[in-house]
Amino acid sequence: MSMNNQGRPSQPQDAQGTTDTFTGNRALMLDEPLIFEIGTTEETGVDFDERPDAKKRLGGLERNRPIGLAGLSEPQTVRHYTRLSRMNYAIDLGLFPLGSCTMKHNPRLNERVARMKGFADIHPLQPVETVQGALEVIHQLGEWLCKLTGMPAVAMSPKAGAHGELCGILAIRSALEARGDAREVILVPESAHGTNPATAAFAGYRVEDIPATPEGRVDLAALEERLGPDVAGVMITNPNTCGLFEPDMKRISDAVHAAGGLVYCDGANFNAIVGRVRPGDLGVDAMHINLHKTFSTPHGGGGPGSGPVVFSEALAPYAPLPFVEERDRHFVLVEEENAEDHHESSFGRMVAFHGQMGMFTRALAYMMSHGTDGLKQVAEDAVLNANYLLRSLEDVLDAPFGASGPCMHEALFSDKGFAEGMTTLDLAKGLIDEGYHPMTMYFPLVVHGAMLVEPTETESREALDEFIGALRSVVERAKAGDETLHAAPVHAPRRRLDETGAARKPILVWKEPDQAEAAE
Amino acid sequence: MRYLPLEPSDRLAMLAKIGAPDIDALFADVPEEARLDGAIRDLPNHASEMAVDAEFRRMARRNSAAADMPFFLGCGAYRHHVPASVDHLIQRGEFLTAYTPYQPEIAQGTLQMLFEFQTQVARLFGTDVANASMYDGSTACWEAIVMARRITKRGRAILSSGLHPHYVSVAKTMARFTKDELVHEAPTLVANGDTTDLLDQIDDETSCVVVQYPDILGRIADMSDLAAKAHAHKALLIAVVTEPVSLGALTPPGEMGADIVVGEGQSIGVGLNFGGPYVGLFGCSQKYVRQMPGRLCGETQDAEGKRGYVLTLSTREQHIRREKATSNICTNSGLCALAFSIHMTLLGEAGLRQLATINHARAVRAADRLAQVPGVEVINDSFFNEFTISLPCPARRIVRKLADEKILAGVALNRLYPGETELANGLVIAVTETTSDADVDKLADALQAAVEAEGQGEAA
Repeated sequence: MSMNNQGRPSQPQDAQGTTDTFTGNRALMLDEPLIFEIGTTEETGVDFDERPDAKKRLGGLERNRPIGLAGLSEPQTVRHYTRLSRMNYAIDLGLFPLGSCTMKHNPRLNERVARMKGFADIHPLQPVETVQGALEVIHQLGEWLCKLTGMPAVAMSPKAGAHGELCGILAIRSALEARGDAREVILVPESAHGTNPATAAFAGYRVEDIPATPEGRVDLAALEERLGPDVAGVMITNPNTCGLFEPDMKRISDAVHAAGGLVYCDGANFNAIVGRVRPGDLGVDAMHINLHKTFSTPHGGGGPGSGPVVFSEALAPYAPLPFVEERDRHFVLVEEENAEDHHESSFGRMVAFHGQMGMFTRALAYMMSHGTDGLKQVAEDAVLNANYLLRSLEDVLDAPFGASGPCMHEALFSDKGFAEGMTTLDLAKGLIDEGYHPMTMYFPLVVHGAMLVEPTETESREALDEFIGALRSVVERAKAGDETLHAAPVHAPRRRLDETGAARKPILVWKEPDQAEAAE
Repeated sequence: MRYLPLEPSDRLAMLAKIGAPDIDALFADVPEEARLDGAIRDLPNHASEMAVDAEFRRMARRNSAAADMPFFLGCGAYRHHVPASVDHLIQRGEFLTAYTPYQPEIAQGTLQMLFEFQTQVARLFGTDVANASMYDGSTACWEAIVMARRITKRGRAILSSGLHPHYVSVAKTMARFTKDELVHEAPTLVANGDTTDLLDQIDDETSCVVVQYPDILGRIADMSDLAAKAHAHKALLIAVVTEPVSLGALTPPGEMGADIVVGEGQSIGVGLNFGGPYVGLFGCSQKYVRQMPGRLCGETQDAEGKRGYVLTLSTREQHIRREKATSNICTNSGLCALAFSIHMTLLGEAGLRQLATINHARAVRAADRLAQVPGVEVINDSFFNEFTISLPCPARRIVRKLADEKILAGVALNRLYPGETELANGLVIAVTETTSDADVDKLADALQAAVEAEGQGEAA
């Protein structure tokens, strides 16, 4: 019996004519059951030195039913998670071309500094005299972000990019409210990240779209036309999600400011311009920076993120609490209602403590390693690599904005020219069999069957050439109508997964097989 | 610039392939006046690994690490021993450097882990389901309030006085913009968590009641009556757990009728990290699953009928639904969730229960010891691993004084409630398996000396 069958039975079928194994494993690729199928409630992988007496003051609320947590010994635990890890693609294994998400090399020095006990083993509520070094890290990182963006102030506490967007929009709202100006609308171009309109709506604004030009940029005329006394501001992603720089950014900012609004810039793609362009010089009032994207903090399979926000003079007074200030070579933490550090105009607190310290140390280590000269090189190499990809593939793959000029950090392609019935999804799954993580699919929405490819600056020319070769080969199959692509991937730990079924009848927790059957 | 693999010759060859004369040509769309030609002033150039490492060691030395002295801080962040294998496993590149599992066929490691994590959290909380984690406990708490508004179509939330004041601050900040009404008062230094004042406030306008367990002063209260009253008015009960180890010893909120249970998972596997990254936990009843924020991992089958996992119900997420999204969440705390899950697997039911027993027993011994210090009064009748003491003088001064003596004494309530003079003498003491009896003795002796010195100061 397959180990995988210890839970709910599954019958692997032999789709590729390969011989099934007794275990269900494929050489180094080992299927792994769930901890609940191999562990027990008695087993444990920890030892404690004491057996405390039974004196209790739990107010009569002692737990009196089993929890149902499975335990494993230490060797079983290490093996379980090591086996699971081998079913993941990761940047350490190869090129990870997710456009707009940006997966670059994660230096291990960052990991080392984040784990120093002076940063990892300190409590957020320790007296500030005992955490001066940690506050110095936050302060230094803030200084780097301000100088790199040409902005005077920064909020460090937002926990992720979308959280940073919310922080920026709340600051805009606070600034407008402070001047008694209750505006209701945020304009969001089609080329913006999908999180932008969601954030504006969540903050209580009505969202209106601004169309893109045929060249993939903000339609300046349409934007200017729409500006008026009800518009609180715009949210622009620059470089945008078509991979293009918005050359009219300064004119857009000036127009928005003239109409009494404020400018939010989604800085997710800052890695393309860091050290070469300061958003502050383009009239931006607020911009979040995804530390993992530009400054290489690891993404860990879905986070943690970190989304500091830089502010213009106009928005700086409304920045959230807490924040760090340097006074006479001493760092202070400005918190709410602190008698000596009153900060009346701040819009408040967004998270319990001071933000993602573990990400701050990593990002600052990366900044120091590169320095201002290295960061400029980062932007240049990222842009060079993306343009190299674009120009090496546009003879086989449609590049809808290829004629608009150089792309920035990412190259955008479409499914135009694929054989009938062949989709971007087929191409992506085919790429998996070639040993690559696929690019971003079906985004941005302005392009049919979009593929957004971002190589980043940490790929060598050889790695790019190999990827280009693999992608060309799969594209040619898609154009030729190679039906076997519909079955891809065939070499991955799993074949295509039934996502529709998963959503229709969600199974979100494991149940004992008899309970699961009873529930069905 | 050791992280950049391109050589000057590569760059020239690539520019030739592109057909660009130089790198500046690739930045042609940037307006002339916005281009930076020279270096950015006041920022250094690149530095070697050795130099950066040394600079961070310098800054790290300016901090007092919990491991280096008797340590008693809690209030939403707890120091526990994290087994060595946890940190080792999360540093595997396949976990550490993976992205969101958008391509499930090559992300089964992360996805199966998330499915196991969801199951562990749901079982710990006593809820039907749980999500794949939130930013932290405070944002999870606010998202739960928003979720209750969506379900009940009401905008009046009652927050217990025992709710962590920073969680209250986050909710207040957000409520100002979303026009939710929040009802909340600061706590008073009484022995037991009291739910009677909350019971009186529940009415047909109420969306939810939010109650922390154990609360900010360490008190524990049965929430069954609150659940019954809330349900009678078609409101929801939201329970907040900031110390998940406590649920190894205590009846879980789900069993007492909580509809949504949120929490801070930092205690298990994650470490203090000066406040972040942490891992928000979020569980709820099955009937509200489609209203739950955040990422979810679901079980399904692949084309061969093999069991596999995918992210699911993501149509609720903001990167897909644009302005129709129901929450601000666009990511989760994947790596911290992994650390939580590994630590929980190592503990298992037996280990977690034992860990909880040790935490509680040590806290009981510490409370008894501190109660012997003249002038010190232990407030709580009941508690798990954290309790509040009352001093004859402002606690913040004592905490600073003890920090000079290399004892990190606890969280002074006026750090958390700067405006509340009645709480100024309160000090919240957390004790875990890492706190030795000798640590407690040192704290007790130092407290005694400091309190006496204060008394003499006043007399003089």
